Amino acid sequence: MQWDRFVEVFANPAMVARYGPNILAGTWVTLQIAAAVIVTGIAAGLLLASLRSYRWRALNLLIIAFVDIFRALPPLVVILLVFFGLPNVGLSLPAFAVLWLVLSCILAAFAEEIFWAGLIAVPKGQWEAARSTGLGFGRTLLYVVLPQAIRMTVPPLTNRTIAITKNSALGTVIGVPEILNQASTAQSFSGSGTPLFLGALAYLVIFIPFVLLGRAVEKRFQWKRH
Amino acid sequence: MNELIAQFFDLSIMGQVLPLLLQGLWVTLQICPATIPIGLCTGLAVALACTARSGAVRWPAMAFVDLFRAVPPLVVLIFAYSGLPFFGLRLTPFMAVCVALLLAMTSYFCEVFRAGLETVGRGQREAAASTGLGKTTTMVYIVIPQAVRNVLPDLVSNMVEVVKLTSLASVVALPEMLYNADMARAATYNATPMVLAALIYLALLWPVVRLLSRLENKAAH
Repeated sequence: MQWDRFVEVFANPAMVARYGPNILAGTWVTLQIAAAVIVTGIAAGLLLASLRSYRWRALNLLIIAFVDIFRALPPLVVILLVFFGLPNVGLSLPAFAVLWLVLSCILAAFAEEIFWAGLIAVPKGQWEAARSTGLGFGRTLLYVVLPQAIRMTVPPLTNRTIAITKNSALGTVIGVPEILNQASTAQSFSGSGTPLFLGALAYLVIFIPFVLLGRAVEKRFQWKRH
Repeated sequence: MNELIAQFFDLSIMGQVLPLLLQGLWVTLQICPATIPIGLCTGLAVALACTARSGAVRWPAMAFVDLFRAVPPLVVLIFAYSGLPFFGLRLTPFMAVCVALLLAMTSYFCEVFRAGLETVGRGQREAAASTGLGKTTTMVYIVIPQAVRNVLPDLVSNMVEVVKLTSLASVVALPEMLYNADMARAATYNATPMVLAALIYLALLWPVVRLLSRLENKAAH
């Protein structure tokens, strides 16, 4: 009996047919945000960590401040602040751009921390050996140190990336038509639980492969602490 | 420049909305002690289940963890708040937030504990067994304390994440700090209340974040 009720509420075929396309459209938007955030966030994090290894004092203070702020603030606070605050000074960005920008900054902050921990875990001898063969600072960083550092950072970085990319669901609050937004709009129109259930399924379809990939990667590149 | 200050750092608005935000902060701070201790316990329990030898225990535990790592916490919250009433279970916003946070937190803490349990060498268990300790005693007195110590920074970092997650409660109209700040923003037509909320979050979490990044960089050396 309970099962019939469950199907009627959460997997109603009529509702699936009616709102399935909306959820699919939302899935496409979520995939676009996810891809954009992963690319810019990780690239920016890597760039910041590389800049930090030059150890210019003023720049490092700025980088550390950026990282700390984006690690300490809840993503939703930053999203609302940027989305509703910037128009007050005449700069109004579309919701999609705000979501992308904020999540990229957050991922960049966490990625910078992880890459930096990887960089300083590479033994000093590697730097000295590379420099003594005549490589400059930039090349030593690029060809010798970064490849070793990145290997160590893969498992924590995958976990963080999944966690931050999932925050694309926060876009619903500022009206980005992603999965959750489509699902809750459809739910309030139809009064049925089916769109929500479909939305949750869409998230599973997108993120379960990443979670499983994360596990496989974790086994392969054990994060060496000792 | 003056306009920027007027729109984001208006001191008279800050003074007006501060009591409202502090009221919200109080709600935010109530959610944490109501959920974090339980989340730590359930996380540890699921982590132990994930290392169980019997597949009947291990597989459901792993499926649970993967499920909640894949679904965004906000989706879980909306489900708990507007999905459960279809089953005649209507939760108050506070309860819905606690349930959603607990589910998400359990899977996060489980991952951390699992990593921690793996850092404790086999020799520790063997040594404990050879001195005549039983399985449970070994777990409680030998393995878990070392595991927890090894992943302490990650545990604290997850607690910071939980405090940040409480801001989601604003979506189901629980009057926590972000909700109140957003109301004040809409009422004053000025971003200052949000800036003040951000500053309060920073004051609360920045010291912990700083401490964490020192711990992490020390561990890497």
